[in-house]
Amino acid sequence: MVDNKVDKINSVFKNNMRKYGMAIALILIIGLFQILTDGILLKPLNITNLILQNSYILILAVGMLLVIITGNVDLSVGSVVAFIGAIAAKLMIEQNMPVIPVIIISLLIGALVGAWHGFWIAFVKIPAFIVTLSGMLLFRGLTMVILKGQTLAPFEKSYQILSSGFIGDIFGGQTFHITTLLMGIVFSLIYVFVEMKNRKDKIKYGFDVISMKLLIAKISLIVIVINLLTYSFASYRGIPNVLVLLFFLVVIYTFVTNKTIAGRYIYATGGNEKAARLSGIKTNKVLFWVYVNMGLMTALAGIIFSGRLNAAMPGAGNGFELDAIAACYIGGASASGGIGTIIGAIIGGLVMGVLNNGMSILGIGIDWQQAIKGLVLLIAVAFDAYTKSKSNN
Amino acid sequence: MATTKFLNREVVEMSEIILKMKNITKEFYGIKALDNVNLEVKKGEIHALVGENGAGKSTLMNVLSGVYTYGTYAGDILYEGKECKFTSIKDSEKLGIVIIHQELTLSPYLSAAENVFLGNEQAKNGIIDWEKTTTEARKLFKKVGLDEDPDAIANTLGVGKQQLIEIAKALSKNVKLLILDEPTAALNEDDSEKLLNLLLEFKKAGITSILISHKLKEVSKVSDRITILRDGATIETLNNDKNLSEDKIIKSMVGRDIVDYYPKRKHKIGDIFFEIKGWNVSDVADESKKIIDDVNINVRKGEVVGISGLMGAGRTELAMSIFGQSFGKKLSGKVLKNNKELKLNSISQAIDNGIAYVTEDRKNYGLVLIDSVKNNVSLPNLEKISKNSVINENEEIKIAEKYKSNFNIRSRDILQNTGDLSGGNQQKVVLSKWIFSDPDLLILDEPTRGIDVGAKREIYTIINGLAEEGKSILMISSELPELLEMCDRLYVMNKGRIVGELSKEEATAESVMKCIMKDNKEAEYGG
Ligand SMILES: Nc1ncnc2c1ncn2[C@@H]1O[C@H](COP(=O)(O)OP(=O)(O)OP(=O)(O)O)[C@@H](O)[C@H]1O
Ligand SMILES: [Mg+2]
Repeated sequence: MVDNKVDKINSVFKNNMRKYGMAIALILIIGLFQILTDGILLKPLNITNLILQNSYILILAVGMLLVIITGNVDLSVGSVVAFIGAIAAKLMIEQNMPVIPVIIISLLIGALVGAWHGFWIAFVKIPAFIVTLSGMLLFRGLTMVILKGQTLAPFEKSYQILSSGFIGDIFGGQTFHITTLLMGIVFSLIYVFVEMKNRKDKIKYGFDVISMKLLIAKISLIVIVINLLTYSFASYRGIPNVLVLLFFLVVIYTFVTNKTIAGRYIYATGGNEKAARLSGIKTNKVLFWVYVNMGLMTALAGIIFSGRLNAAMPGAGNGFELDAIAACYIGGASASGGIGTIIGAIIGGLVMGVLNNGMSILGIGIDWQQAIKGLVLLIAVAFDAYTKSKSNN
Repeated sequence: MATTKFLNREVVEMSEIILKMKNITKEFYGIKALDNVNLEVKKGEIHALVGENGAGKSTLMNVLSGVYTYGTYAGDILYEGKECKFTSIKDSEKLGIVIIHQELTLSPYLSAAENVFLGNEQAKNGIIDWEKTTTEARKLFKKVGLDEDPDAIANTLGVGKQQLIEIAKALSKNVKLLILDEPTAALNEDDSEKLLNLLLEFKKAGITSILISHKLKEVSKVSDRITILRDGATIETLNNDKNLSEDKIIKSMVGRDIVDYYPKRKHKIGDIFFEIKGWNVSDVADESKKIIDDVNINVRKGEVVGISGLMGAGRTELAMSIFGQSFGKKLSGKVLKNNKELKLNSISQAIDNGIAYVTEDRKNYGLVLIDSVKNNVSLPNLEKISKNSVINENEEIKIAEKYKSNFNIRSRDILQNTGDLSGGNQQKVVLSKWIFSDPDLLILDEPTRGIDVGAKREIYTIINGLAEEGKSILMISSELPELLEMCDRLYVMNKGRIVGELSKEEATAESVMKCIMKDNKEAEYGG
């Protein structure tokens, strides 16, 4: 009996180790650098910087995750980020087009680029690796053609609102950004409401639920983290716009992947395309739209990145595809498809972001940063494989 | 004198036992799949291992062959008197223990000969000797009675031949103990017969075999002794002699008597419901290669109609082409439901029109193996449990639980990945998923392949229930007795054509064969 109980606890621990392993690793890494950097890492200013620096990779990771779940990959996103930046710059700086139409056109072009890749992959059935490798070369080339090999700068101020703006404080707080604090409270309330509703639904269907005590502990922990974060932002300049955008993307895409038919179709297509097709899923359409979505996310990242640089450059976005792909794998996505979560990809992206940022503060050069990131990717995936084989035996 | 005699006897008896598995316990996620299992196999015998789906047969053999390595299970393995602690399959193969798994594992794009020597290449200094590979393969093929070019690519060969290649591969490893996990599940009667005779020949040559099978007829035919597993425990080992009846084995397997093997259903056959007219299908790439040739069939409300035929007769192809053209290219023909023509250009259209197809190949076409029982059951029916495209997960759980208990699916819970289930339980998940789609026409392709007796009966009961509700059922099966018992009417198919239609009264093994023979003869004269 006792043995059984120990076994149960063991297996619960093992299973959760897989699920929460990377989140725990992220917390450990944050703790480590917080100590190593004498507390600079979690200074409000630095947190804000960290978010701004990594926002575009995180947005790319959201799109990339869906692609990876289908068992494919997109190598073109780095080039397309540059391509979108170049088009925006061309329209805005040379043609004097106002901001809103520029953003809309950029997003549309991004979606079209995605559709271009999606068409070859889903309908002509050319391997994604080849199609997007071609896209990588093609769109890098087109970027250089558009920019004639030069840098176009600067953008209008308003173009940068998304990338480096902060939400305004409608209350005009002096030392503290009151809107930010309020937002923290509102989000906390929404979160509590959702958790409670879930519990009530479960009870209604007669399913087991975790004990109220445990639930309250979980809710309190998350509410505290939310409010500490908003407090920290409030003591600097408030919440960056891009964080709000990111937050909504994460919520929407987590919802889509977990709760909707479309999400299920994506997982099934990646898990076993033949079985999915015989279940009535139009797997080629699923693939096509996943790439269109990737294109859209890439355009968004392109707008934010060029805004942050305040310039369009021929070499922009170099290697972004690899960072986005690495974020997904570190976050537990499977290279053979069918497995992965949005939160995982975000955590994976943050692990790399914190490593970069922490090492920069410590004065470690970009060369070493690169090398360490490479090792982290390998260790993360090896860890995942190890826990997987452990929970099997 | 007396003592030496005694010792001698002891020696003889010891040497008679080639394998002894003692108190084997194996857990997955803290749940025991094997609980103190004991198995003793005598040298040179054919030892059958039977039991319900999920009883632990495959798991036990995976322990034996080193798939599950020493340390991941408890208990001892004694092989030829020596204790074995395998750390890989290679270790067991070195001792002559070779397993042929439930699902064939040939590399699809390699040749037959290459597959035979895969991992055991005929090479010198790392360079493959192709001449030797081919000649040795040819020799082995002769031994197993396979008349095939060693250069033939594996995936162009039928399952029966692939199975023989696996056996040739086992022979190439100097097999002493051959383990066959449901080798005949996917074979037709002829090929099964051949395979079983081969086992008997091996026996003469001194090779010991362990045979896992749900087909009790073949078990009683070839085996010397039978060990029965139930719920991960050894129930008993029986000598296979004249006195041993199938009923006794079944009772031991399921723990109770099964009286009516084929349950009866109330006959309420109605009007013609589905009708397939002038159905012609060709290969996707090559329109001149006709695969289904002018098929005309119908199914009434509440009727179970069988399609019989030899392997390669085109039954699966016919079914899949009806199911939204999931196979081949339709040249002409129409499907009528209640006399109205249906548009069936895609699988989702077929599903929307109330057609469901339960595939014969559950691993490749039936299930997402890395996903849960729950998500597999709901996959074709997500709209039913969704509002505005948002899935009601609680409803989904309820439905999965319902099928798990109705069909007695043995899984840890509904969140377990289907890839971890035993073969028979996977089949039940595939069935659940299509029955949940509440079809009007259910096409079953080998629905009881690899399924134990008890579960078969459960599936027959489900089929009867659906027929009584007024659904139409089209059933493809290579097990003729099952078709003869279950079907109200039988079509016989041969080379892509319907060559006979038999009522329940007319249908016998002989009359079915007659239809096929007659057609083959006509083709000879006609061509
Ligand atoms: N990798 C695994 N992970 C978790 N559970 C498993 C795994 N493999 C097998 N099991 C469980 O162990 C039990 C025994 O399975 P096993 O495959 O040995 O059954 P079987 O007797 O071969 O059945 P069948 O006749 O259906 O092939 C089942 O309940 C199955 O769900
Ligand atoms: Mg098995």
